[in-house]
Amino acid sequence: MADSAKEEQAVSAGRPPVTKSQELVYELKIGEIMTRDPVVVGPECLMSELKEILRIRRISGVPVLDKGALVGIISIEDLIVALAQGDTSARVGEKMTRQVQTVFADESVIQAVTKFARYGYGRLPVVDRSGRLVGIVTQGDIVRGLLRQLDVQWQEEEIHRYRASHIFEDIESDQTGLVLRYKVAARDFVRGGEASSKLKKALERLGGEPQLVRRVAVAAYEAETNLIIHTDAGGDLIAEVQPDRIRVVALDTGPGIPDVEMALRPGFSTAPDWIRELGFGAGMGLNNIKTCADEMRLESRVGVGTRLEAVFYLPGKREGKKEAV
Amino acid sequence: MTLEEVLRIIEGRVVSRNVDLASTVAMACGADLMSDVLAFTHAGTLLLTGLTNPQVIRTAEMAGIKAIVFVRGKHPPRETLTLAEEKGIPLLATRYTLYEACGRLYSAGLPSCGVFNLLQDDWPDMGAAPSPGNS
Repeated sequence: MADSAKEEQAVSAGRPPVTKSQELVYELKIGEIMTRDPVVVGPECLMSELKEILRIRRISGVPVLDKGALVGIISIEDLIVALAQGDTSARVGEKMTRQVQTVFADESVIQAVTKFARYGYGRLPVVDRSGRLVGIVTQGDIVRGLLRQLDVQWQEEEIHRYRASHIFEDIESDQTGLVLRYKVAARDFVRGGEASSKLKKALERLGGEPQLVRRVAVAAYEAETNLIIHTDAGGDLIAEVQPDRIRVVALDTGPGIPDVEMALRPGFSTAPDWIRELGFGAGMGLNNIKTCADEMRLESRVGVGTRLEAVFYLPGKREGKKEAV
Repeated sequence: MTLEEVLRIIEGRVVSRNVDLASTVAMACGADLMSDVLAFTHAGTLLLTGLTNPQVIRTAEMAGIKAIVFVRGKHPPRETLTLAEEKGIPLLATRYTLYEACGRLYSAGLPSCGVFNLLQDDWPDMGAAPSPGNS
């Protein structure tokens, strides 16, 4: 099974696999899953009245509030003990648990999970940072909250997949492609990155998978930076979006790279000092592009120009093996 | 870690508008070289840097950087602030050096972006290298 294979992989990598629900237990806040406006009683409430409240509301415990302050908690277990002792005319205030374990509404659900495991309670009152009671949380609330969140995320994922996969299916042709062309001016560092920024936004709008969009954006930005730093007259940054791949091409008309192999070497740079002061020109740009892309090609002729091509396959659409030229 | 906690740990302050201090960062990276930021960070990273030019914001945008801390008390120029606010990237500042700001956050439990291999081309083969004694 795919799951067990994934698990094995994770275990062999020396770390336990993290499931989505485990992740959510940390992401979700108790305030998002708790029951708001819980039923409460005062310390003067009779145990016989409490019995009716629990029966009618079908709940198993309630916080006890005295003039708005949380003073205790009383549960069905306390009621059973009182019934067994024939003590139904006692007040809640005499029978309640006074040492109340609470959780904060802005804490992660994991805090509640930990407390349930440690103390074995059925419910925990939820307070805000000023100590005011804002809700109550049971293990059922946690399960419901997690399922609801999984549902929401699954739906988002479905919509996402639909958009990403259908944009090209809706348009019929023998070969559909969307070409985005951006002009990049030489030495215009103030506007540097605008082309890549626009490209990133366009890919997001097309429903591109976030990790893929990030890789394309990083590569495009490095290519755009190269056009700004190294060309005589700027160049074109072209992105061609196809059903199975995104091809990014940076084209310029010179001066050209005398030694392409040298240019590809990590740390090799011909950038001037003013570029280095901006945090670029460390000779890592082409390497970054190579790392981000599935395929990269660099062709250059001195006095003619340079053509850099980076290809990114959409998830699951990659045919050939990764090759970098 | 929330930005509010980050601010407390680096004793910093917010320098851009409309910052949601409840938003969280998963890891952090300290760098003055933007190519390194592009190469070695992941989405959701907090960037600590001594550079304040607008390209830092561009880099953050491309790399999916969640928020930026300017170290050594540096204040970014107007165009950097404007671009960051437009892109919704929170800017913070601290008096500490890059080293100390990173150290404080790391000690407080904010992890790094991972461990990277030595680039073989750039490092001598330690097996073949002469021992420190014979030179």
